[in-house]
Amino acid sequence: MAALVAAIHVFVAARQGVDGRHKAGHDDQWWWSDSRAQLASLNLTTNSKETKMVDVALKPTMARAPARTVTAWDRLKVNRHWLGLWFMLPAAAFLLLFLVYPLGYGVWLSFTDTRIGRTGVYVGTENYEWLWGDATFWLVVFNTLLYTGVASVFKFAIGLYLAILLNQSLPFKALIRALVLIPFIVPTVLSAIAFWWLYDAQFSIISWSLRHLGLIDHNINFLGDVWNARWSAIFANIWRGVPFVAITLLAGLQTVSPSLYEAATIDGATPWQMFRHITYPLLTPIIAVVMTFSVLFTFTDFQLIWVLTRGGPVNATHLMATLSYQRAIIGGSLGEGAAISTAMIPFLLVAILMSWFGLQRRKWQQGESND
Amino acid sequence: MTELLAASKAISTPARSADHSEGMSYLESLPRRLVTLYLPLVIIVVVLLFPFYWMALTAIKPNEQLLHLDAFNPFWTWKPTLAHIERLLFKSQYPLWLWNTMLVAVCATFLSIVASVLAAYAIVRLRYRGAQWVGGAIFLAYLIPPSILFIPLSTVVFQYGLFDTPFALILTYPTILIPFSTWLLMGYFKTIPFELEECALIDGASRWQILTKIVLPLAIPGLISAFIFCFTLCWNEFIYALTFISSPQYKTVPVAILNAFVDGDEYAWGSLMAGALVGSLPLVVLYAFFVEHYVSAMTGAVKE
Repeated sequence: MAALVAAIHVFVAARQGVDGRHKAGHDDQWWWSDSRAQLASLNLTTNSKETKMVDVALKPTMARAPARTVTAWDRLKVNRHWLGLWFMLPAAAFLLLFLVYPLGYGVWLSFTDTRIGRTGVYVGTENYEWLWGDATFWLVVFNTLLYTGVASVFKFAIGLYLAILLNQSLPFKALIRALVLIPFIVPTVLSAIAFWWLYDAQFSIISWSLRHLGLIDHNINFLGDVWNARWSAIFANIWRGVPFVAITLLAGLQTVSPSLYEAATIDGATPWQMFRHITYPLLTPIIAVVMTFSVLFTFTDFQLIWVLTRGGPVNATHLMATLSYQRAIIGGSLGEGAAISTAMIPFLLVAILMSWFGLQRRKWQQGESND
Repeated sequence: MTELLAASKAISTPARSADHSEGMSYLESLPRRLVTLYLPLVIIVVVLLFPFYWMALTAIKPNEQLLHLDAFNPFWTWKPTLAHIERLLFKSQYPLWLWNTMLVAVCATFLSIVASVLAAYAIVRLRYRGAQWVGGAIFLAYLIPPSILFIPLSTVVFQYGLFDTPFALILTYPTILIPFSTWLLMGYFKTIPFELEECALIDGASRWQILTKIVLPLAIPGLISAFIFCFTLCWNEFIYALTFISSPQYKTVPVAILNAFVDGDEYAWGSLMAGALVGSLPLVVLYAFFVEHYVSAMTGAVKE
């Protein structure tokens, strides 16, 4: 390899001598000065035989190429900023047209009275004022916070517990890990349909089993009762979220050096102390990020609720996302729906800031620079 | 050259941390491990997998067994039937929906990966002015959920004339996928040694040649990870498909199946479950082949 690199350097050096093409306009190519320094040292060590071979190899080139001046176009072609622009273009086009523009447009819509099929006019904060006095909206905010809060706490607790279990020595560890992730792979709607059937008022296997165990005497109305419906939806959400939390935290756990636990054991630490003073502090950054994702996607959940209850009974399980769908797409008042969506943004910002500081802290802990 | 090969090998096999699993486990006796480790693990795994077992069982149970829980043992069936699956595949538009989902997922994933490879390479290696900021912005874009975008997007899609066509989905899904896969690929590209690119630059390769002939072959594991994860996300997407598509012939599986097989108050649970099962199968098969890549995609996106 080293010889190969050396040969390349010499080759380029010879070319430089011939047409001088690469000399001008490369100040921003950081590798250039570097390779020249290497070249200087190489010239001292290159033996004469190699040089001769290079001469032979270069003869045709010498004969062919007359020196060509460097045009502005040549410079532009290797300019990083110019190239970077073109490389970014496809991604930027998608994100600007279908992400940034709609995001801004959504905020604008929330200040208008747009309905489906009719352009609206600017109405100031009327939509927000209307929502402020709307009891349903506040119920939905409560539902969303309850749903997010309870589900996130349980996802974190069970996920961390599962990660710790999976981090121990186990037979068929890879298989178990693969199985655990399946709920996360299967599309939410399809697994929610399975839960819909599991929660059926008449034919629920859960009710049936509990009845046969003698724990209850009539079927549970999982999705028909206000609090039952809430807990059922939360359970389904936890069920789907646990694998993600567990597997990502497991990846974090695997980076913790076992020698720390050995040292702690020798010092007489209990398992709880080991968890509290070794595992938890080392895992904090990744927990911050994982939980941010989890909170974010639970807060804006739509699919699960839409399949299981469509917000019923009596709005008990409506989340902000499902309410905005109902008001904007089904009800037709895009402006009001957009206002509900926009009202979610402050919550998301809090989550994003948490994530940001989580990442920062991780870099700081590992002594990396911020790049 | 051998070093080059070794380097590429080191990159292409996902870095496994040394298996310390033996560790101090000998300190624990078997009964203790049974209670603290195996029992909870079994309970959790059973709870996580039971809905799928139930889904599969329902899909092959005859109707009378589905609705008479007390007459038959509900947890098993000795008379499996293919009637539900037959109804699904031959008496409904399900194959068409499956095809739509596949088409949309493949096209959106392909577009996103192409755009993300270019963007990630530019951010990590071209380091144009402001690249760091763009990297940060892309991470933020990943955190913007579809449920706050679908209302304005539905208007925008209508303005662009894409409403109720597959293109509405093919062009909007990349907004979810590009931030994720760019972020993932940035991490992968950073692990490819700089020196390889230096060599190529000195040899007179253009940036495009470097990308296609050096970086991409070395980043294949990253590309597979990104592909699988994006494909799964597409398959999973619901709210855009629900909002932007109204004709039954363009619907995707998750959206279409919700209203299919429901006749007033009559639910064809068998076919519904068969539909959910068949709809999940492509992903589960794909996942079974690329578990490691999938896990590295998932953890990579969080850790980077």
